[in-house]
Amino acid sequence: MVLVPQSQRRPSQRMKSTPIRGIWACMIFCLALSACRVPEGTSPTPGAAQTIQNKGSDTMVNLALAWAEAYTAKHPEIRIAVTGGGSGTGIAALINRTADIANASREMKPEEKAEARANGIEPVEHTVAGDAIAVVVHPSNPVDRLTIDQISDIFTGAITNWSQVGGENRPIVLLSRESNSGTHVYFLETVIRKGQPDNNALFSPDTLLMPSSEGISNEIRQNPNAIGYDGLGYVTPDQKVIAVGVSAAGPFVLPNATTVKDGSYPIARFLYMYTAGEPTGAIRDYLDWIRGPEGQAIVAELGFVPLAEEKE
Amino acid sequence: MVSRYTTQKIAFALLTLTAIIVVVPIVLVIGVIFYHGATAINWEFLTSMPRAGMREGGILPAIVGTVILTFGTAIAAIPLGIATAIYLAEYARDNWLTRLIRLSIINLAGIPSIVYGLFGLGLFVLFMNLGTSIIAGSLTLGLMTVPVVVSTAEEAILSVPQAFRVVSISLGGTRWQTIRYQVLPHALPGIITGVILGLERAAGETAPILFTVAAFYLPRLPHSLFDQTMALPYHLYVIATQVPGMPLQIQYGTALVLLALVLSLNLVATLVRSYFRRRRQW
Amino acid sequence: MTVHLEPDSNIPNQRLAKQLPVHWREFAIESLIRVAGVSTIGFVALILAFLLLEGAPAFWQTSWRVLLGQRWYPIFGIYGILPLVLGSLLVTAGAVVIAVPLGLATAIFVAEIAPRWLREILKPLIEVIAGVPSVVLGFLGMVAVAPLIRQELGIPTGLTALTGSLMLAYMALPTIITIAEDALDAVPTTYRDGAYALGATQWQTIWRVIVPAARSGILVAIMLGIGRVVGETMAVMMVTGNAARMPMELDAILRPVRTMTATIAAEMGEVARGSTHYHVLFVIGLVLFVLTFIVNAIASLLTIGARERRGGRLMR
Repeated sequence: MVLVPQSQRRPSQRMKSTPIRGIWACMIFCLALSACRVPEGTSPTPGAAQTIQNKGSDTMVNLALAWAEAYTAKHPEIRIAVTGGGSGTGIAALINRTADIANASREMKPEEKAEARANGIEPVEHTVAGDAIAVVVHPSNPVDRLTIDQISDIFTGAITNWSQVGGENRPIVLLSRESNSGTHVYFLETVIRKGQPDNNALFSPDTLLMPSSEGISNEIRQNPNAIGYDGLGYVTPDQKVIAVGVSAAGPFVLPNATTVKDGSYPIARFLYMYTAGEPTGAIRDYLDWIRGPEGQAIVAELGFVPLAEEKE
Repeated sequence: MVSRYTTQKIAFALLTLTAIIVVVPIVLVIGVIFYHGATAINWEFLTSMPRAGMREGGILPAIVGTVILTFGTAIAAIPLGIATAIYLAEYARDNWLTRLIRLSIINLAGIPSIVYGLFGLGLFVLFMNLGTSIIAGSLTLGLMTVPVVVSTAEEAILSVPQAFRVVSISLGGTRWQTIRYQVLPHALPGIITGVILGLERAAGETAPILFTVAAFYLPRLPHSLFDQTMALPYHLYVIATQVPGMPLQIQYGTALVLLALVLSLNLVATLVRSYFRRRRQW
Repeated sequence: MTVHLEPDSNIPNQRLAKQLPVHWREFAIESLIRVAGVSTIGFVALILAFLLLEGAPAFWQTSWRVLLGQRWYPIFGIYGILPLVLGSLLVTAGAVVIAVPLGLATAIFVAEIAPRWLREILKPLIEVIAGVPSVVLGFLGMVAVAPLIRQELGIPTGLTALTGSLMLAYMALPTIITIAEDALDAVPTTYRDGAYALGATQWQTIWRVIVPAARSGILVAIMLGIGRVVGETMAVMMVTGNAARMPMELDAILRPVRTMTATIAAEMGEVARGSTHYHVLFVIGLVLFVLTFIVNAIASLLTIGARERRGGRLMR
């Protein structure tokens, strides 16, 4: 049927309330909608300045921020957009091609790698810093040392009161990062499951999942019942750090750059950046700078552990 | 037997009390934010880039981002919203199609903002390949704002007296001329008010921009529609929950700027409404 | 040609339109307007289709048994959305219990009792709270309300369902008050005069005559308030602690809880496109969509009922 102006239609036609035009309009709408796809492969960032999309680990977000700030001060032609959200977020964004560099506080899982390859991306890993995970409580909490076994029992919900581990008679409030965080996964594997591959323990369902590291710090600061874990860079003086022992016999070790480097603190890991394929151009320069002395100085400044002088 | 007047006194006292319970926290919320935030506000805070991991410096990119997004929302929502309102008020007949449109609008108004965020991520960011960008965010927010614009604009159009239309038509005007030169000019104040109230909601929303436009940290002003940008609501969320050692003052300051921006929109809408109410000739 | 003047009708223009050939430009504009009108249906259909399309694979990648499980632990393929649905319902119920009595009492106060000058102050104030962004309330809830609740109630943490309900109650109040107050205003004066003439006190008139007469409008207010609350994200995410636990105990309202909206906001950025987790999050989006649709459908049916009975306009 042809669209005829309202006034030129015969009355009989006008009286009918079949919304033929509506159906036409529907089709036009659908056509219009399908026409507004930007073709694949066109870079949606015109303009001279190059933007590096950097996304991922929440543990690393402030580190990435400091790096970006320092680097763009030196190279104003480069723009670096930093977003947190979790290691999984960054890796997913890398796979979706919405990020150039993914920050991850854990290694990429085999299935993530497979997914990337299926999408035509070969992820390349760059170790950029070291980090320890500190177990933190409220400053007023008398407990100052725990074994890995005790921490595991606390977070699975087997121990629910501070008096069971030598503290006051208070309920324990568990704080964790969201399950998309590399720290969450690492803590689960290393501490709660004690590094045993066949152990299927999970966080207690009563665990409060905080959207970010700072969420944990905030609650630790003001809640004497709480226990949480955080990257070393997030530990501020108003949180009490627990000394961790591998067994009840000790030794109980506090996390710091020295104990992480000599391997005596049991909950330490590397932090990574992933790129899609071998980095080139501006992205390569940026990664080289990060792993160089200037970038590593910032690592130390923010309370993380700089890489050893020799490149791995 | 209690006298009815005693009952009335008790009831009124209770009602007054609940009204106070409702109003006092509202005043407190605004008061607290103004009290704590005002000390953070100065020229530098409003016009400079964030420094030292956002713990120092200003929030200019977030302010600019929110302003741009608000304009983008307006550009996305106004044509579709007003055209739909004109259709419903002037063209639609009473049939199943019209009822379906009304149902759709009610439904659009009720969809949670986070679901708009999901939709925006799927359609604009991924399917249309716009990427995480101002344009994707604006379209998402725009779609969210359409129902507000439609319902207020339709009401404004319907409140234009029928006589205006009759005269225009009887003088030989076509239907579109009538709408264009008689109905819309007289309905304009109502439409403007509705649009501003819709924008007020959009400017403060975080959930729809989470996956479509917001950048955690981007200390530059956006260059193009395909750029990401910082935005005040997301920025407040970030500095309140994700940045260690964030001075509380800056958090309150950011909250105050966001609140002031949103409430000024509200104020503009109120002023427009009262000004035109006084000038109305019918 | 006779012209029927129908002051309330909005469609006589078709009959008034002149029988002249229309200029093509006008025809184009009118066509555009029609397309815009119909496109709203297109968008709702698109959103629904999208949620269905992206959510559907979840049903064959996992099983119903898994989806209706009591544990939410996505990184290990445990996708029980029950705790999230119940969490949302609990927080919503809490908010309704707080907001409805407060909102109705305030609406009655504003509409019937408050002197004129006070009304002029209260109404804009209530509109102002409607404009306060979700994230601002969440921020205040986090830094001020949660610690207060922990100390005052002596519970392990202040990040609980109750804190979320409180925040949401204040987000729903403006909606409830505004619409309920309109409904009370729309009750014809004759009802009031009749009651007074029969010797009723002002309170008896309000309670026995005006409120019952505005019943359906008040219900609409409550429904739309619920609709607003179910979909809130930021204010909830920042204050409820987000523990994906089954809120089954008697004191569940005083414990942490995780809502559907917060789950999507917290996890959507993470998932790889096409993973089971991604699809399950869309299923949660679908559940939210359906929930709010039901609530709004009830509200709009009530609105139509109220209109037919009394021709007053309730929806602003």
